[in-house]
Amino acid sequence: MELICPAGTPAALRSAIEAGADAVYCGFNDETNARNFPGLNFSRDELRKGIAFAHDRGARILVAINTFPRASATALWQRAVDDAVEAGADALIVADIGLMDYVARRHPNQRLHVSVQAAAANPDVIAFYVETFRARRVVLPRVLSVVEIAEIIRETTCETEVFVFGGLCVMAEGRCSLSSYATGKSPNMQGVCSPASHVAYEETAQGTTSRLGGFTINRFAPQEAAGYPTLCKGRFSTALGDGYIFEDPVSLDATTLLRGLQSAGVAALKIEGRQRGRAYIESVVRHFRRALDTLEDGSEADIVSLKPFTEGQASTLGAYRKTWR
Amino acid sequence: MSHSSVASRPLPTIPPLLTLAIRPLPLLPLQLVLGGFLQRILRRNPGLLDRLGEHRYARFGIKPVDLPFAFIVEAAPPRLLVVRELPQGLDARVSTSLANLLALVEGRVDGDALMFSRQLGIEGNMEAVLALRNAIDDAGLDLPGELASLFGPLGEPARRSFELARDRLTGPPEEER
Repeated sequence: MELICPAGTPAALRSAIEAGADAVYCGFNDETNARNFPGLNFSRDELRKGIAFAHDRGARILVAINTFPRASATALWQRAVDDAVEAGADALIVADIGLMDYVARRHPNQRLHVSVQAAAANPDVIAFYVETFRARRVVLPRVLSVVEIAEIIRETTCETEVFVFGGLCVMAEGRCSLSSYATGKSPNMQGVCSPASHVAYEETAQGTTSRLGGFTINRFAPQEAAGYPTLCKGRFSTALGDGYIFEDPVSLDATTLLRGLQSAGVAALKIEGRQRGRAYIESVVRHFRRALDTLEDGSEADIVSLKPFTEGQASTLGAYRKTWR
Repeated sequence: MSHSSVASRPLPTIPPLLTLAIRPLPLLPLQLVLGGFLQRILRRNPGLLDRLGEHRYARFGIKPVDLPFAFIVEAAPPRLLVVRELPQGLDARVSTSLANLLALVEGRVDGDALMFSRQLGIEGNMEAVLALRNAIDDAGLDLPGELASLFGPLGEPARRSFELARDRLTGPPEEER
C-alpha cells in the first residue's frame, strides 16, 4: 500500500518525503483547495520546485484542486488545473464533476483522483467517475467500515485510498454547511472550515473559551485537552444535557487496522493534516512508514504513540469500526 | 529539517528560582541582541515575509510563561521590544514556555499539538497567528546558525553555547535519544 502524506508548505513537503512518503498531496495558495489558510500552501514556482524535489527522490506529487468552483469564477479552478498539469503533477485530486470534465477533456492523459470531498461512497458513483472522466483512484469518505470498503473494492476496478490518521469530518464530506452557516465562508467552495478570521479565543479564570463567528462553541478547563474550533466538535447545552452533540474532539488513528485494510484491497493510505507543522508531518509519516514496513516484512512493530498529535489528545477508529454515536 | 521532532513529550519549563533570579536584570541588552537577531533572520529568509502576507504589519505579543519578561515583535519593518508586561492593543498574543517557543521556531513541535495539550495560548487575530506559525514552520530556521552569524569570529562558541543551553532545556532531538 502506498503512503500518501500531506504538505502545507515546501518545507513540509521535503519533510514528508524524507520521512518516507510515497506521495505528497498539496494545493495552491488560493480557494481552489480545501485547506485555504493564511500562510499555507504553494505558489506555482514552489509547486514546480516541490515536484522536482519529489521526482528526484522517487516520490510523487498529487495536487488537490478539491473545492467546488463558483459558477462565475470557474476560470480560477481551470487555471489551477492547467498550471498543475504544466508543473508536472503526478495526479490531480478533484471533487467537482464540472472540473473533472475539464480535466478529462483538456488533459486526457492526466491522472485523475476523486477527492474525499466528492463523498463517493458506493460502487455505482465510483463507476460513474471512472467511466465518465477516466478517474484512476477514489479517496473514500470517512463513513465506511472496513467490511464496507472491502465490498466496494470487490465491485470496482478503481484504486481506492483511505484515511488512516488525522482530523475527522462527521458530516457528509463536501456537503457540510455548519461552518458556512456560522461564518458565511464555505469549506467546500472557499476551502475554509472554521476560517481563522472568524475564530476567537478568550482566556478567563474558568479556562479557554473558543468562538466561531460569534457562536460560543466550547470552553476548556485549564488542563483539559482541546480540539479545533469547529462547530462539529462544539460542546453545547441542549434539552438532553451538556456535551459534544456531533462528535468528540478526537483524531482518527487506524494504525491497528492496516492489515485489515490491506486485505480489503486498499491501494493507498492517506494522512490528513496539510494545516499541520513539520514536526507533525515528520513524526506521523515516519510512524506509518515503520508500520507499513513491518506489515510487509512481518516483523514486530516498535511504534511510538501518536497521542500527542491528536485532537483532544485522543484517537478513534472512527467509522472503520462503527461503535461511535 | 535539521532537527527531529520533540513533540512526543511535554518540554520542561525554567525553574521558578531561576526565573526569580533573572527578574532584576536590565532588558535593554537583551532587546539589542534579539532585535539584531530578528533583522538578520528576516534579511536571510525573505520567504518569511511572503508567507506572512498582509500580516507582516501585525504586532505580535510573545509571552514565555516561565520568564519574567515578554516580547513585542513586528516583521515589517523588523522591530523587537522586550517588556515586563505585554500592553493592550496588540494584534495577537502567544503564550507558552520558552522551550516550546524555541521548538516552535525551529519546527521541532507542532503548534496544533501544543494547542490541543493546552501548552500554547493564543488570543487576538487568529489569521495573523496562523500566518506567523506557517511562515516560521516553512522557513526551517537554524537558530544556532543564525546566532553564530551574528557574533562574527565568536560565532562558533556562540553556536555551541546556544545548542548546549537549548538541548538542556528541550532535550536532544528524538533521533539522538
